Amino acid sequence: MGVGSFFTSKLDEAIGWARKYSIFQYPFVTACCGMEYMATACSHYDIDRFGAGLPRFSPRQADVLFVVGTISHKMAPVLKRVYDQMTEPKWVVAFGVCTCTGGFYDNYATVQGIDTIIPVDVYIPGCPPRPESVIDGLMKLQDKIAAQAQRY
Amino acid sequence: MSILAELQRRFGDAVVETHDHHGDPTAVVARDALLAVLAHCRDDAALAFDVLMDLTAVDYLKFPGREDGPRFEVVYHLYSLAHNHRLRLKVRRDEDDPNVPSAVALWPIANWLEREVWDMFGVRFEGHPDLRRLLMYEEFVGHPLRKDYPINRRQPLIGPAS
Repeated sequence: MGVGSFFTSKLDEAIGWARKYSIFQYPFVTACCGMEYMATACSHYDIDRFGAGLPRFSPRQADVLFVVGTISHKMAPVLKRVYDQMTEPKWVVAFGVCTCTGGFYDNYATVQGIDTIIPVDVYIPGCPPRPESVIDGLMKLQDKIAAQAQRY
Repeated sequence: MSILAELQRRFGDAVVETHDHHGDPTAVVARDALLAVLAHCRDDAALAFDVLMDLTAVDYLKFPGREDGPRFEVVYHLYSLAHNHRLRLKVRRDEDDPNVPSAVALWPIANWLEREVWDMFGVRFEGHPDLRRLLMYEEFVGHPLRKDYPINRRQPLIGPAS
């Protein structure tokens, strides 16, 4: 390292930058959106570019909850419990229109949007959303993570 | 002898109504004779209906032409592996007394099918060993496939079991 080849930054920004490229997702896959999630997670779209290539199948090890697919009233307490088991900092992505609003399931069985149960950071609409939309949502989430005030 | 003729010969007036549309025999039987008819269908060598394919119900509350009649119809779909023939049995119940004897003793699969019908339509099955909801959660109020259940009624969200 030569003279003058250093840079200064704020600790906040450094941590935000590190966090946004180390997204460990918990895929909560319940329905057909799962196929599109799998397409996104495979090599063709390569979400490892965003540091999100390693899904964790334990909520204790994950920091982004991907809710992929219709959530029924019977599933709601399970989703809430999984969310509660995740450690801070944590974020939630509503993947597909069913998780955003209930979609066309305006009936007795379906939760009308998962934001009635848990807080949601990014909504990705679509039935199901194309992988491009998912990556767009993921990048929005990255921006949000990077800009977030950090707690140490 | 056809299946329906055999049933009519044996059970007489208990077979309320029959039709054989496109070789698809259907019989409406009286509730009191239901278990006897089902047992006969299963055990008679010429019928030998060893499989209960499906057990479901229909709510005729708003069905054109049948608004005044018995509201519920519980439907049994039987199949015989030995003879490769089928039979549909129906039993009609009024709204104020939706009770049907349980078929669990004849076909164990009836256990979950009857629980589902109870859950969705509120038809009770007398003698069922464990008549709890099957698909909906315990806190759910009402029976969602009844035609008078509002399609978009919201019920309170349930929390995690403590």
